[in-house]
Amino acid sequence: MSATRYTVRVTEAEAVTPHVRRLRLEPADGAALPPASAGAHTVVTLEANGRTLRNSYSLTAPSLAGGAYEIAVLRSPTSRGGSRFVHERLREGDTLSVSAPVNLFPLHRLARHHVLVAGGIGITPIAAMAEELSRLGASYELHYAVRSEAAGAFCRDLEARHASRMRLYSSERQERLRVREIVPHQPLGSHLYVCGPQRMIDAVFADARAAGWPEANLHAERFEAPAGGDPFAVRLARSGKSTTVGEHESLLEAIERIGVEAPYLCRGGACGECICDVIEADGELDHRDHFLSPEERRAGDKIMICMSRLKGRELVLDL
Amino acid sequence: MSLAFDLSRTPSFFRDETFRGDFTFENSPESIRRFPFPFDRDQYMYAVNIEQHMPGPPKSATAFPIDIDEHYVAEMADRAKVLAEDPLRCQSLPHMITAEWDLLELLMTSMARDYPQWFSLHRDGDRWHWVNRPLGIDQRFTFGDAATLPYGPMEYVTRQCQGDFCLLDQRDDNLWLDAGIVTSQADWSLDFDLGMNFIEWHGPVPRAHDMGIFERALKFLLNLQIGRPIRRLNWTMTINPRLDTSPENYHRWGIDRTTVTPENVGDKVHLRVELQALWRLPRSNAIVFSIRCYLIKMRELVTVPKWGRRFHRVLRDLPADLADYKGLTNYRATTLEWLAPYDDGAPTSPGFFPD
Repeated sequence: MSATRYTVRVTEAEAVTPHVRRLRLEPADGAALPPASAGAHTVVTLEANGRTLRNSYSLTAPSLAGGAYEIAVLRSPTSRGGSRFVHERLREGDTLSVSAPVNLFPLHRLARHHVLVAGGIGITPIAAMAEELSRLGASYELHYAVRSEAAGAFCRDLEARHASRMRLYSSERQERLRVREIVPHQPLGSHLYVCGPQRMIDAVFADARAAGWPEANLHAERFEAPAGGDPFAVRLARSGKSTTVGEHESLLEAIERIGVEAPYLCRGGACGECICDVIEADGELDHRDHFLSPEERRAGDKIMICMSRLKGRELVLDL
Repeated sequence: MSLAFDLSRTPSFFRDETFRGDFTFENSPESIRRFPFPFDRDQYMYAVNIEQHMPGPPKSATAFPIDIDEHYVAEMADRAKVLAEDPLRCQSLPHMITAEWDLLELLMTSMARDYPQWFSLHRDGDRWHWVNRPLGIDQRFTFGDAATLPYGPMEYVTRQCQGDFCLLDQRDDNLWLDAGIVTSQADWSLDFDLGMNFIEWHGPVPRAHDMGIFERALKFLLNLQIGRPIRRLNWTMTINPRLDTSPENYHRWGIDRTTVTPENVGDKVHLRVELQALWRLPRSNAIVFSIRCYLIKMRELVTVPKWGRRFHRVLRDLPADLADYKGLTNYRATTLEWLAPYDDGAPTSPGFFPD
């Protein structure tokens, strides 16, 4: 089952840094967009060069009244076409299809204090969370690491909004975000949220664990774009269709391309919605999700089709 | 706001009836036809019987997301009485206020869209104007400002909407029953369950834990999406058409189970069906769990021959532990004797609906 979709018009497209483009999306057909909570993302369908790409982007502000969504897209050097399309082709006035918001990175409403940590474009959900916490009058602090103030999206806006609750770390100015100095001094019942590159998430969690933080109080937005790999064949046993998964497309995208609807939510290996039974694998399953346990991976009978692939010849799925 | 249940002023569609005392509740023939009969085959066992909460056939109980029927005004009067006697039937922990507003929006927009003859809602930014004609209510308020309503947003709107409602906060990969209004329940207590998680509040249910049903259902619900509500049916039986069969009031209704005789089964014994629906709420990321109770008397049920045959078979073959859990043991034999003449052994057609 996939999410409800809405047609939206790009009403503002602004380069907030040389590599980040902010888009404001408003309903194109009169159907109001549902409100969105802080931390939510939307799946944007992009028709780029004859290919259909569906990318997840965090909403950069809570949209409690509905009305409009804002996303910020980093131009990725390893773009599969999505971010390049947003940066080079998309114009104000163009229409897009977006999914109803999904929140896999929600605020913990019983936290006594919220520690927000963002690296680079990871600021997108974190900015929305800071905004919501500020509105609620909750206790929070925001740590934002950027290469330089010019390269970091929304630096000035965020400093104006969050003032003394925010610290900006610019590597250009030799400022380093040292999480191990932040985590030991938080009250019991604090929750920590981090969004950024995988190695940053790992490092932040390691520091928090070393300081004795319980696992349940650590939250990360883990989803990332599917990386490509060698092509392989896929056969769908129930629908009787087959295709080849290309070098630069995901298994889920290939399945959608041949007109089979598969369930998904995050398209980043985090939520578990796209789990699929493997009937046969002529080759080795290349698990790239954050959902399956090591035991489930070893069992070899399940695959998360949004991220994972086959290293081999043919995969047969129960779809 | 006036909350006077002056039945003489309400349109004749709504029945003037009671769910306590003289128990004058009954279903019109139209209401019997639209009863959400919960058995699609001649036997019953637990299943994760979840389906999309999509519009059902016109006039059915699932034609609209929120069903308002001929019992609306009387049910709301009964709820007001329950709350007057026991305010703890409506509770909300402080972090649920955003979810309360989400619920108010969901119910008001659904009711006004699907029943424009009874309800209307005008929105000008956060200035809202709500009119409820059957209950004689005309309310202007500011969305998001609880001080502009006579009750908290959840209590305000659910005093005007059939069904019990629970608001479930999502955190720690679980759902937490952190707010609700529960006045027409099948023997469970909001006051007892408040603050429990999904696995905890289902603790007393026999068999289903070992079947892994709650783990699977929870995993499914954690990914419930905005705009994609789901529903399921649950059932039990109730003696006398009493909505408020709560543990708090067990001393009032528990004894009723011993009053069933072969002569009064048709009037006294009711099949009680819960149409349970779940929606993801957009601002709070919480889930609303609605439990809408439908009652039908045995004499009303057997006017649909397929249902009479089938219910006789389901009740006859129900495992003893399930019958105990549902509280049917005392009057099962008497009810089966009464139903037997309506079961001629003929095969029944598949599906829920009357032939």
